[in-house]
Amino acid sequence: MKTLRDFARFLRDSVRAALTGGRTYWLWVGALGVLLGVGLYAYVHQLQVGLGATGMRDQVSWGFYIGNFTFLVGVADAAVLVVIPAYIYKWKPAREVVVFGLLLAIAAVTMAATFVLVDIGHPERLWHLFPVIGSLNLPGSLLAWDVVALNSYLILNVVIVLYGLFSLWRGKIPGRGVFLTMILVSIPVAIAVHTVTAFLYNGLASRPFWNSSILAPRFIASAFCSGPAVLVVLLQILRRVAKFDVANQVLWKLAELMAYAMGFNLFLLAAEVFKEFYSGTEHAQHLYYMFTGLDGHNAIVPYIWTSVICSVAAFFILLIPRLRRHPVLLNVGCALTFVGVYIEKGIGLVIPGLTPDTLGEIYEYVPTLTELGVTGGIFGLGALIFTFGVKASLPLLEKFREPPIPKT
Amino acid sequence: MNAHPGCGCGGSPAGGGCGGGRVEALPAASAFAALPVLPSTPCGGGAHAPATDPHEATLAQGERVLQELMAAGAATPAATDPTTVNPDDLTDDGGVSRRAFLTCVVAGCAAAATTGCGDFLHTAVGKKSFREYDKDEIAGLVKELEASARQKVGKDVKIGTTGALPGVEFGYALDVSRCIGCRRCVYACVEENNLSRDPQVHWIRVLEMDKDHGVDFAHANAYYDAEQVPRPGHFYLPVACQHCRDAPCVKSCPTGATWTEPDGIVVVDYDWCIGCRCCMAACPYGARHFNWAEPSVPTEAFNPDTHFLGNRPRSRGVVEKCTFCIQRVRNGRYPACVEVCPVGSRKFGNLLDPASEVRWILEHKRVFVLKAELATHPRFYYFYGS
Repeated sequence: MKTLRDFARFLRDSVRAALTGGRTYWLWVGALGVLLGVGLYAYVHQLQVGLGATGMRDQVSWGFYIGNFTFLVGVADAAVLVVIPAYIYKWKPAREVVVFGLLLAIAAVTMAATFVLVDIGHPERLWHLFPVIGSLNLPGSLLAWDVVALNSYLILNVVIVLYGLFSLWRGKIPGRGVFLTMILVSIPVAIAVHTVTAFLYNGLASRPFWNSSILAPRFIASAFCSGPAVLVVLLQILRRVAKFDVANQVLWKLAELMAYAMGFNLFLLAAEVFKEFYSGTEHAQHLYYMFTGLDGHNAIVPYIWTSVICSVAAFFILLIPRLRRHPVLLNVGCALTFVGVYIEKGIGLVIPGLTPDTLGEIYEYVPTLTELGVTGGIFGLGALIFTFGVKASLPLLEKFREPPIPKT
Repeated sequence: MNAHPGCGCGGSPAGGGCGGGRVEALPAASAFAALPVLPSTPCGGGAHAPATDPHEATLAQGERVLQELMAAGAATPAATDPTTVNPDDLTDDGGVSRRAFLTCVVAGCAAAATTGCGDFLHTAVGKKSFREYDKDEIAGLVKELEASARQKVGKDVKIGTTGALPGVEFGYALDVSRCIGCRRCVYACVEENNLSRDPQVHWIRVLEMDKDHGVDFAHANAYYDAEQVPRPGHFYLPVACQHCRDAPCVKSCPTGATWTEPDGIVVVDYDWCIGCRCCMAACPYGARHFNWAEPSVPTEAFNPDTHFLGNRPRSRGVVEKCTFCIQRVRNGRYPACVEVCPVGSRKFGNLLDPASEVRWILEHKRVFVLKAELATHPRFYYFYGS
C-alpha cells in the first residue's frame, strides 16, 4: 500500500518535473504542439474524405505512412545499442544514458503504432486487432504478429523506465534482479520486433522486391544506424540544454557501432542490387524503378540517390576515428545517416515494392499534403513524448550521478 | 444474339454472333480516383440472354447441370432456408464464449453509462465477425443492415445470407483464344455487384498483351483505348479474383475478416475489415480493391438483390473483390460476367461435379493458372479453346 502511494507521488513529481521549464522549453513544447495540431487537422480531413485524401491507390496501396512506420520500428532498436554495452559489457558511461535510449524507443514505437492507426480505413475498428475482444489472426497474419510484438516491446520499455526511475525516486539505484532481467529480455524483443516487421513484407511472395531473404538482415542493419544517429544528436542537445553531462566516449562508441552497421547495410544493399541487375529478370523492374526510373516514371529516383550518397558519406565519416571524434563532423555523420536511412525505409522500401504492381502497371505514388501533415503531426507527438519523458527523468538522474568521467 | 442497337456486338456482319467480328471496346477505369463518370454500358449488362450465342448449347447445358445440382442441394433442409449459413462458418466455441463475454461487457457498460455511451459500445464492441454470429443473430443483423441499406441506397435492398451448398466447389475457366477484350464483363460486373461509379471500382481488369510476348504482365496494358477490339497483334487476358485454394490474402489478414467459404469462394466481411490492406499487398493478381472514398451508386442503378458476403452496400475504407457473384451462383445462376460475355469465353461450374462444363474443360483442354510458381492454386483456370 505504501509502495502504491509512493508510486502515485512519484508519478505526480514526474508530471510536475515535465511541466516545469523555462521559456525555451515551453517554446519547444509549443512548437511541437503546433506540429501536432496541424497533424490533427490533416487527419480530421482524411477522416472526412477517406484515404482518398492520400496519394495511395489500389496499385500502390501502402505509402508514406507505412514507410514511416517501418523506419520508426528501426529507430526503436536504438535502445539495444545502448543497453548491450551498458549491461552486457558493464560499461558505466553507457549505463547513464540507457534511460534515454529506452525513452527514444518508447516514443518511436508509439509513433510507429500511430502510423498504422492513421493508415487503416476503419480506425474505429482497431479493437478487432486486440486479443480477446478482437480476433487476431494468429499464426497466419504477420501484421497480427507485429501487433503483439510492438505492444510487448512498448509495454516492456514503459515498465523498465518506470521501474528504474521509481527506484531512483526512492533513493535506490536499480541494479540486479528484476531490473536487469527486464533489460536483458528487452534485447531479443527489440530484435524480434524489427524482424517481424521485416517479415510483414518479406512473406509476401506476390512482391519479389520484398520476398528476398536478405530483407530482415537489412532491416536490422539499417536500424542499428538510424536509431543511434538520433540518440547521438539528442544526447548532445541534452548536454548543452539540460547541462546533463554525457561522456564523449559514449557518443564515439555509438558512432563507431553505427559505422559498422552502415557498412554492413551497404554491403547487403550491394548484394541485393547485384543479384537483381545481373540476373536481369522481371523482378529487377522494381530496382530499375528505384534507381533509374521505369518508362519515364522517375519520381523517387532523386531521393534514392540522395539516400545512397548520404549513406556512403556517413559510413566514411563515422568509420574514420579522427572524423567521428570531430564535434561537427560527428553530427554531420549522424544527420547523413538519418537522411540516408529515412529515405531508404520511408520511400525506398514500400513504394518500389509496389511499383510496378502485380499486373505490371506503374502508378506513380507521391504523398499528398494531407499525408505530409499527418506525418509531421505524428513526429510532433513522438517528440513531445520524448521531451516529457526526458524532462521528467532528468532531476532523478542528476541526483544519482556518479562523478563525471574525465574527458579525453 | 439479340440485336443491341448501337452496340458493336449485335448483328455482326460476319454472322454467327460476336465471335466472328471486331467489337467496340468499353473504357477502362483510370488509375486515379478522380475520374470521369462511368459511361453507360452500350450492351446493357445484367440478364443477357445467350439464346443465339454460338456457344448456346454448352452454356445451356452447363446451366442445367448447375441448376440440377442446386436443386439436389436444396433438398437438404439446411439449404431451403435462405438465411442458412454453413454451420462450419458459424459455430465455434471461442465465438460463443466471446459473445457471452461481450454481452456482459455491453450490458454492464450500458447499465452504468448514459444511453449514448451504451449505444456506442453496442455498435463498437458488441459487433462480431460474420462467422461468429449464430443463425438468429444473423437474421436480426440482416434486418438492421437492410434498414440502413434502404436509407443509404434509397430503395429496398434484400441482403441474402445463403450458405454454401454441400458438394459444391465453384470453378471458373476462361478461354483466352476467344476473349476479344471488349470489357463487357467489366461493366456487367459493375452493375451486378453495385461497384462504385465515382470513383470507379472495377473488379475485373482486362489486360491487353502482345501476341509476341505471350502472357507477360510486365508488358501488359490495362488502359488500351480502341474503337474496336481485338486490336491486331494483341490478345486479351481478363483478371479478377482467382479464388485461390491457398489464398495469400486470407493468410495475411490480421483480423480474419476474409476467408474461403466451403464452396471455394473467397469472401470479405465488410463489417469486420479494418482496412489495413495487407491482403492487397499479398494478392498476386491485383484482385482486391479498396474504397478510397465513399462508394457511390445511383439509386436507380442499384441492384437490390444482394448477399451479405457479396454485393451489399459497402462503406469507404474496406476492401472488396470478385465473389463469383455469390448472390447469383448460390441460387443457381451464372455470374454476370459469364452471362454477358458476347463470345462465350467465360465458363463456370462445379468442380466437384464430373458432368460440369468446367470439368469437361479441365479434362479436354489444356489449362493453365496465373503465376503458378506462387503456389496459390487458383480455382480460376485459363485455357486456349482453339
